[in-house]
Amino acid sequence: MNRLDAETRRSLLRDMIFVRRFEERCAQLYQQTKIRGFLHLYVGEEAIACGVGHLLSDDDAAVGTYREHGHALMKGVPPGAVMAEMFGRVDGCSGGRGGSMHLFDAGRRFYGGNAIVGGGLPLAVGLALGDKLAGRERVTVCFFGEGAVAEGEFHESMNLAALWQLPVLFACENNLYAMGTALTRSEASTDIALRAITYGMPSWPTDGMDVEEVVAATRRALSYVRTGAGPAFVEYRTYRFRAHSMYDPERYRDKAEVAEWRHRDPITILLERMVADGEIDDADAARAAIEAEVDAEIDTAVEFADASPVEDVADLERHLYAEAPR
Amino acid sequence: MSEIRDMTGREAMREAMSAAMRADPRVFLMGEDVGEYGGCFAVSMGMLEEFGPERIRDTPLSESAFVGAGIGAAIAGMRPIVEIMTVNFSLLALDQIMNNAATLRHMSGGQVGVPLVIRMTTGGGRQLAAQHSHSLDGWYAHIPGIKVVAPGTIEDFRWMLQRALDDPDPVIVFENGALYNASGPVPDTDPGVPLERAVVRRPGRDLSLVTFGGTLPLCLAAADELAAEGIEAEVVDLRSLRPLDDATIMASVQATHRAVVVDEGWRSVGISAEVAARIMEQAFYDLDAPVGRVATAEIPLPYPDHLERAAMPSVAKVVAAARAAMQGRVADPGEVVTA
Ligand SMILES: Cc1ncc(C[n+]2csc(CCOP(=O)(O)OP(=O)(O)O)c2C)c(N)n1
Repeated sequence: MNRLDAETRRSLLRDMIFVRRFEERCAQLYQQTKIRGFLHLYVGEEAIACGVGHLLSDDDAAVGTYREHGHALMKGVPPGAVMAEMFGRVDGCSGGRGGSMHLFDAGRRFYGGNAIVGGGLPLAVGLALGDKLAGRERVTVCFFGEGAVAEGEFHESMNLAALWQLPVLFACENNLYAMGTALTRSEASTDIALRAITYGMPSWPTDGMDVEEVVAATRRALSYVRTGAGPAFVEYRTYRFRAHSMYDPERYRDKAEVAEWRHRDPITILLERMVADGEIDDADAARAAIEAEVDAEIDTAVEFADASPVEDVADLERHLYAEAPR
Repeated sequence: MSEIRDMTGREAMREAMSAAMRADPRVFLMGEDVGEYGGCFAVSMGMLEEFGPERIRDTPLSESAFVGAGIGAAIAGMRPIVEIMTVNFSLLALDQIMNNAATLRHMSGGQVGVPLVIRMTTGGGRQLAAQHSHSLDGWYAHIPGIKVVAPGTIEDFRWMLQRALDDPDPVIVFENGALYNASGPVPDTDPGVPLERAVVRRPGRDLSLVTFGGTLPLCLAAADELAAEGIEAEVVDLRSLRPLDDATIMASVQATHRAVVVDEGWRSVGISAEVAARIMEQAFYDLDAPVGRVATAEIPLPYPDHLERAAMPSVAKVVAAARAAMQGRVADPGEVVTA
């Protein structure tokens, strides 16, 4: 069993609750039309970003998809900057230009926020190539959904990274659905971790709802990548509890199936284990206390976003090419 | 006499596809989430139930492969309708479109034609940011060997598709996302407008607003505003971007002597540049003003609403450009941006 010490567990628990509450707040803010455009929430999948994020150093890079709030937060992007981005304000982490799907923080080596399925994979390969050529010992983690596995860019990137022995961790978040398309209806062969092996890299599946398993599998993968031997692949088996985005009638899956997975909520799993191990007395009370704490932080983030100004229209054509320092 | 019914763009396209599939067993629809999900914009909702999974084929996220497969199936005698969820993702299939669909007839010496229809949603204006807001209609129209059409009325959403399916060559249909929810009158029987013909949607003597697709409603609204100040704008709906119906454009410009081209694509090297150049070549001596253009600012579209609106064509910008044309000049960029 891959059990972590009590302190690490407590910190992962808090992280997961933070991301959960942050996402739930985003949903409310979307209803209030403070957040617009497309909004994809990470509820149910928190153990992955939190578990992987726990093992990354500041120097490591991460590339995400359009469902990337949790990943950005775990890479250290301040919640206020993430929220302000979704409000389209100048203090957003992308200056307000990108919105929910395009969170960037180059200083913290968080490289998006990519809304084209599969679009981040070649980028991650290149980031790792740059590190390798410059002789820097760091890793690039690339998060993507299982839907991306059908794209040519996925296969091209896997091969290139393995061929050139680049320090990439391919982190596949397999939540079983790409919008309305179930994995079994889009892949002839559904064992994704197995397929990755054929590219010549170590690969294994793990329980993406159990943060301790996430940490164990990721630690193993990262320790391989950090030796410089080449990329590794982890398939995190998970589920998104909410709709694909904010406009999804969810005709493609059973309510019973969703309910079944909700029993495997990553936050509850960890909480119950901590109670069983005597690290927490009362799960509900512990959770409520953490929620109160993170809610206060999220309130601050929302206030920060609300107070941030919108960009002057006169600057419309900025950020097309590099500009001289102003 | 044909009955007229009101319907939405979404319903009109669904009716067009369903009618084509009932009439011709070679027609089938494939694309991402077209079946079980009912289409990303609910256009094909219910079609899986009527036609079954063989003919309403859900595809994996493999744009290059399923567009290429559509090309192959067309060569093999089928009449595929390939739906690419949005134009933004068509870039992953561009090689198949440009290097196969557009070239096969020519490079096989006329032996291999590709009677394929590719439909995709296009356009910005919904705060979807840089990667999800492209307008590349004019950009695709650059490619010889494919035909590019862009319905701007609900009638065309209903009736253009069959013309595209009847065409022996690949036709790309650009459907502006804003028009799925719009409604308009649709005749029960094919009004019989050829695929490649431009249509005057509103007659006027003072200037020609030349446009298509998502900016057609905007030009019609601008024409109303202009009429209130005594300027009668004629609105020409291009409908087809390749080929362009030069005769209809020139007939309008020769009557009005002024033209403003309105396009949601970027200005430089866009369809507005092509239309303006043709007017210059074919109707230069009829012009009383330089040809004006209203297009999108030369940036990837930003997320915030106020910036996105400032970047895109608007009724106010069209009105400003039309007024300038009436004064024998083009609106300066600042005048248009702040309008
Ligand atoms: C190339 C491309 N095709 C289609 C889309 C539309 N789209 C956005 S998300 C999505 C589903 C992706 O599923 P998956 O990769 O499993 O990630 P998840 O949303 O489940 O996190 C689709 C089809 C897109 N963004 N990019």
